[in-house]
Amino acid sequence: MALLEIRNVTRRFGSYTAVDNVSIDVEAGEFFTLLGPSGCGKTTLLRMIAGFDLPDSGQILLDGKDMVGIPPEKRPVHTVFQTYALFPHMTVADNIAFPLKMAGKAPQEIKKRVNELLERVHLPNFGNRFPHELSGGQKQRVAFARGLVNRPRLLLLDEPLGALDAKLREEMQIELINLQKEIGITFIFVTHAQDEALALSHRIAVMNRGNVEQIDEPSKIYSAPRNHFVADFIGKISVMNAAVMEAAPSHLKLAIEGLGEVTAPAREGVEVGDKGVLAIRPEQVRISHPSNESQLKNHFRGKVHDFLYVGDVTTYIVELVNGAYIEALLPNSAPGRAKFFEVDDEVTISWRHDAGIFLNDPQ
Amino acid sequence: MIKDGTKEKQLARLLVSGPPLLFLIVFFVAPSLIMILTSFRFPGEFGGLAPVTPPSDKAIGEYGFTSDAYQFFFSDFIYTEIFLKSFAVAFGTTLICLILAYPLAVLIARSRKHLRNLMVLLVILPFASNFLIRIYAWMIILGPESALSHFLNTVLGAFGIAPVTLLFSPFAVLVGMVYVHLPFMVLPLYTNLEKHDPSLLDAAQDLGANSWQRFWRVTWPLSLPGVFSGSALVFIPVLGMFAVPDILGGTGDILIGNLIKDQFLGTRDWPFGSALSIMLTLAVLSVAGLTTWFARSATGQRAI
Amino acid sequence: MKRGNLWLWFAAVLVYAFLYIPLIIVVLYSFNDFRLNAEWVGFTLFWYKALFNNTEMLLAARNSLIIALCASFCATLLGTMSGLAIHRYKLKVLPVLVFTPVAMPEILLGVSILLFFLQVLNFTLGMVSIIIAHTTFCIGFVAIIVRARLQGMDESIFEAARDLGASPWQTFRLVTLPLIMPAVVAGALMSFTLSIDDFVITFFTKGVGEPILPIQIYTMIKVAVTPEVNAISTLLMLLTLVMIIIAARLESNGSSEGNAKPHTAE
Repeated sequence: MALLEIRNVTRRFGSYTAVDNVSIDVEAGEFFTLLGPSGCGKTTLLRMIAGFDLPDSGQILLDGKDMVGIPPEKRPVHTVFQTYALFPHMTVADNIAFPLKMAGKAPQEIKKRVNELLERVHLPNFGNRFPHELSGGQKQRVAFARGLVNRPRLLLLDEPLGALDAKLREEMQIELINLQKEIGITFIFVTHAQDEALALSHRIAVMNRGNVEQIDEPSKIYSAPRNHFVADFIGKISVMNAAVMEAAPSHLKLAIEGLGEVTAPAREGVEVGDKGVLAIRPEQVRISHPSNESQLKNHFRGKVHDFLYVGDVTTYIVELVNGAYIEALLPNSAPGRAKFFEVDDEVTISWRHDAGIFLNDPQ
Repeated sequence: MIKDGTKEKQLARLLVSGPPLLFLIVFFVAPSLIMILTSFRFPGEFGGLAPVTPPSDKAIGEYGFTSDAYQFFFSDFIYTEIFLKSFAVAFGTTLICLILAYPLAVLIARSRKHLRNLMVLLVILPFASNFLIRIYAWMIILGPESALSHFLNTVLGAFGIAPVTLLFSPFAVLVGMVYVHLPFMVLPLYTNLEKHDPSLLDAAQDLGANSWQRFWRVTWPLSLPGVFSGSALVFIPVLGMFAVPDILGGTGDILIGNLIKDQFLGTRDWPFGSALSIMLTLAVLSVAGLTTWFARSATGQRAI
Repeated sequence: MKRGNLWLWFAAVLVYAFLYIPLIIVVLYSFNDFRLNAEWVGFTLFWYKALFNNTEMLLAARNSLIIALCASFCATLLGTMSGLAIHRYKLKVLPVLVFTPVAMPEILLGVSILLFFLQVLNFTLGMVSIIIAHTTFCIGFVAIIVRARLQGMDESIFEAARDLGASPWQTFRLVTLPLIMPAVVAGALMSFTLSIDDFVITFFTKGVGEPILPIQIYTMIKVAVTPEVNAISTLLMLLTLVMIIIAARLESNGSSEGNAKPHTAE
C-alpha cells in the first residue's frame, strides 16, 4: 500500500477545472515532485493534501485512511510554505517548537528535539534569534526544521526555493536531498523549475492544465517523454514532422518530408502509417564538417542559421535541406576556441539510430 | 482562506462579525431610519413630535404623517440660501486647503524616511488638540483687541478706510474651517504623492519638459486620486459643521449645521430638523458619489 | 531641482507656522497675568489654580474620563472584531455600517441618536447615550487600524499554524492576537482621544444632566471667556499629545518586527 493515494481527485472553481481526475500514488520515503507550469493545478493539489481545500470528487488516502473531513491541524502532514511563514513574534526555537507544543509533548522532549533539528539544519546557536534577523537561506532552513521536527508522515514543500538566488538555490537543493535521505520522511515537492525537479526527485509527476501527463523517474521523463507536452517542457528539444514507414520490435523507420529516411528507437503501440513528430535532444545531435564522413546511421546536410554560446557548450541552430531547424550541442572543450562554426557554414548533422523518440500525439 | 467546510468555521464567522453588526444595526441603522420617519411627522405642541394616532380625547390638531417639513423648507428661500452658502463655504475651504496643502505634501513625499515621518507627525499633532481649542485660538487672533486687528486697522486707517472687525465675519468662518480641516487634505495627498515613481519626472525632463510642464502633465494628473480623497475628507465635514460658524461667525453667517442644531435644541421642531438632516445626508451622498466618479474617470483617462 | 525645493520649503514653513502659531498663542496666554487674551502682562499660574478650584470643571473632567474609558473599551472590542471580520470574510454589509459613521458629518449621527433615544427608547439622555454614541463612531477607526495591520501580514502564517497542529481558536490566541495587538492598542488610544475631544456628537446626546468637558469649554467660550479656557486647552493638548505619541510608537514598533509581506521571486 502506498503512503499517499490520490484517487480520481477533481477540483473546480466555477467553470474552471484546476485539478482534473488526478490519480497519483506516493511511496513511503520517496522524494516525489509535482512539476508543471503555473496554473497546472499542482499547488491546488498540494493544498488538498494538506487539508486547506477539499476535492469536489475523488479521495485522498493517507496510510489507507480517507482524509476527507479531517481539518489541517489533525492531519499528520506538514507544509513548508513558499514565503516560509515563520511566526514573526516568536524566536526561531519557539517556531520550531510550535508543532511539538500543539502535539502536547513534554518540555524536556521539546527542547531536545528542537536542538536536534537546529543542528541538523546547520543553525546550532540560532534558537534565540527572531525571523526578521535571518537571511533568506536561514529562514528557509528554520521552515524545514519546523516542518520536520514532529516527524510527520508527509512533508509538503510549495516551491520553497523560489525566492533564493541561483547560487543559494543550488546549495539548498543539495542540502534538501541530504536532509531527506537522513531523515527518511516522504517529501512532496512542488515546482515549475524542471531542472530542479530532475535534480532532486526519485519520481516526478508532470502536470498540465489539471491533468497528469506522465509519472516516472527523472531519467525516463527526460529520455522517454510520453507526449509532446512533456518532451517540450523538460529540457530543450527539436521536433520534425514524420510518418512511420516501418514498425519493427527493434526499430522504427520514419519518413521525414524533404529529408528522407530516418531510423528511430522502437516504440510500443506505433503502427505503419502513423503521423507524428520525431523529437530529439540537442546533445544527441552531432554537428561536423561536411568533409568528415559520418559513421552514424542518420546524417543530413545543413547550414548554420544561428548559435548560442554559453561558456561550456554552444548550441547550434542548423537549417536542414527541407527547411526544418534542428539544434545541435557541441562542447567547447578545446581551449582558446570559442566556436567551431560560423553562421552560413555548411555542416553535416547526424545522430544515432537509437537516438530521439517518435511521438504520435497531436500538438 | 481555508475551505474546510466545518460548522466551526460558520460559528467563528458568526461570533466575530455578529456583535459589531448587531450593535451598529441598533445604534446606527435604526436611528437613521427613525430620522427619516421623523421628517414625515408633525411637530408636537410643546416640542418633539405629535403622536401618529390622535389620542381619544383630542379631535383637533395635526397627527399622522405629512410632508409638511419638506414643504416648509421650500416655502422660504432663506433655507435654500443657507444650503447654498454652506456649499460655497465647503467649496472655498476645500480649494484653499488644496492650495495650502499641496506644496507641503510634495515636500513630505520627497523627503527621506525619517524626516518624512517627523513632518507627518507635525501635521497630525495640531489635530490632536481639542477641536474647540483650535477654533478658540482664532477668536484670540482675530479678536478686536488682538495684535493682528490693531495692525490691520492701523494700515487701513492710513488709507482712510474705516476699521474692520475680523471676528464674527464670513472671513473668520472660512479661516476657522480651513484651519480645522487642513490636516485632512495633507495626508491623502502625501500618501498618493509618495507612491509616484520618480523616474517618470526624470523621463519627462529627459524628453524636454520644463518644471511647470512636468508638474502639470505628470505630477498633477497622477495625484488626482489623492486630490479627490482629500477634497472629500474636507468638503463633507465642512458641509455639516456648526461649531465654527457658531463661535467665529456673526448672526448672518449660519450654515446648515447651525440650522439643524437650532431645530433640535432651540425651537424643538424635530420634523423640520430631521428633514434638514435628510437633505444634508443626500447632499453628502451626492458629493461622495461625484468624487468617486470623478476619481475613477480621472485615473482611467490619464494613463501616462 | 534645488531651487524648486527651496520654494517648497518656504511654502511648507508658512503652512506649519499657520498650523502652530494659533496653538502656541493659546498656550502662552494660559500663563498670562491678564484677564483678556490681548497683551502679555506677566507669567502666572493663576488660571491653572482657578481651574482646579472650579468644581464644575473637575466634575466635567471626571465625566469625560469615564465616558472615554467606557467608549474606548467597547469600541476597541467591537472594532477589533470588525477589522478581523472584514479582512477575513469578504462581507458586504459590515464594512458599510462600520465606516459610514466615520465618513459622515458628525451632526447627523448626533441628531439621529438623540431622536432614537428620546423617541424610541424613551431613555433620558446622559452618560449612557454619550458612551453609546462615541462607541458608534469610534468602531470605524479601530476597524481601519486593525484591518490595515492584517493586510500588511503574510497570510500563510495563519495557515502555517493550522498546518502545524493548531486549532482555529489556538491560532487566534497564539498567532493572530499577539500580532494585531499593537494595532488594537493604537486603536484603543485613538478612541480614547477621540472621545475626550469630541464636541459635536456629545453636544446632541448629553441631555441636560452631567457636565462634560468639551461642552464646558464651549460654554466658557460663548459666555465668559477667561484664560481658564487657555489653561484647560493646554492641559488637554498635553494629554492628547502623549496619547498620540504612544500610539505612533506602537504602530512603528509593530511593523519593525519584520512581518511585512515578504517578496516572492516569480
